[in-house]
Amino acid sequence: MPAPVPDRPATSDEAALQARFDATIAADHRIEPRDWMPEGYRKTLIRQIAQHAHSEIIGMQPEGDWLLAAPSLRRKAILLAKVQDEAGHGMYLYSAAETLGADRADLTDKLIEGRQKYSSIFNYPTLTYADVGVIGWFVDGAAICNQVPLCRSSYGPYARAMIRVCKEESFHQRQGYELLMTMMRGTPEQRAMVQDAVDRWWWPSLMMFGPPDDDSPNSAQSMAWGIKRHSNDELRQRYVDMSVPQADVLGVTLPDPDLTYDPDSGHYRFGAIDWTEFKRVISGNGPANAERIARRRAARDDNAWVTEAATAYAAKHAS
Amino acid sequence: MSADLTSEGGHGAVPTGPEVPVAPAPALSRRDWPLYEVFVRGKRGLNHVHVGSLHAPDDEMAVHAARDLYTRRNEGVSIWVVQAADITASSPDEKDPMFAPSGDKVYRHPTFYDIPDNVPHM
Repeated sequence: MPAPVPDRPATSDEAALQARFDATIAADHRIEPRDWMPEGYRKTLIRQIAQHAHSEIIGMQPEGDWLLAAPSLRRKAILLAKVQDEAGHGMYLYSAAETLGADRADLTDKLIEGRQKYSSIFNYPTLTYADVGVIGWFVDGAAICNQVPLCRSSYGPYARAMIRVCKEESFHQRQGYELLMTMMRGTPEQRAMVQDAVDRWWWPSLMMFGPPDDDSPNSAQSMAWGIKRHSNDELRQRYVDMSVPQADVLGVTLPDPDLTYDPDSGHYRFGAIDWTEFKRVISGNGPANAERIARRRAARDDNAWVTEAATAYAAKHAS
Repeated sequence: MSADLTSEGGHGAVPTGPEVPVAPAPALSRRDWPLYEVFVRGKRGLNHVHVGSLHAPDDEMAVHAARDLYTRRNEGVSIWVVQAADITASSPDEKDPMFAPSGDKVYRHPTFYDIPDNVPHM
């Protein structure tokens, strides 16, 4: 049985509230929406959950580009289900952000105005159909690595949203890997297409875990608050260790000449990541940043008449 | 009229008459959609359980949106939606008076009573 949390002190003194919050975190209990929490905790969570939600929503675009060009009805149905899941994940997360007092429409406005970020991986274009498979394998695989520990995040609604997301994410990774296995059994051109997609997506996928630990100023506080459970570099290493044997089975080469197995530590050592590219892309100068935001803006503005009509209908029938 | 209408002139300076030009009403938008809490019964024999929330223009649309959002993989056989504003909850500040009475009544639990091991079926 976990240690009981001391009851809330009768005083509204902030120090007492802080002490109770700290005790809840120390006991590894969850913070719930109506609990008192430090402003920094609330702001950090809103920023992280919103950025995560935006990533799911923007993440529909690179793969959505292949919905009409999927090579069979089976692949089209699978891709449609996956893209619909990404929309759902975004909604679960916006729902969690709202429990902290954020406004969903405001968050979308901030995304469109460039005041909140999303994962830089979605600023790369999907040039061939093999990219759909590699995104499932790499990008969703990296997301799983990042997200499984978040199921134990200290903020209850975020952790619960992540449990739903993780249940669905496994389908995403497996459909991608199966798609690539199918292509690898195909023609030499198809195999070359898979290798080309692997070459383009591997390094950006490693960047998904964020800057290295010694250049990640907010990480220590997030870990102390139990919002994050593992450091960026820890998760990146775990991901590399998982991916290398998967690449071997698939029969592709990961584009890193320095990738070697270190028998002493049991880990794969990998080459230096180009952080200048990461900073360039995340600050808005990636191949597809402008296109992604323009499309999100158009979705909001061009579809506004639908929401207006639904609102007007509801208002008319309510009276 | 919108309650948060403000004016430089303070209370009473807000234009009211038909002869006074007023700013056009803002377009109806999603911002006006109420928040609904969603409860799903996983299968027959189980309670409805809270799964999350969403915004919808009315009750019927809320059920449809909940179906798309929370039951894409047979997660449920029944959905309840209720406007979040209609839920009455105990607040954390009420924690002590609300739940303290059950804290010191250990005799309500079966483990309070010592029964010898040789008494069967108890």
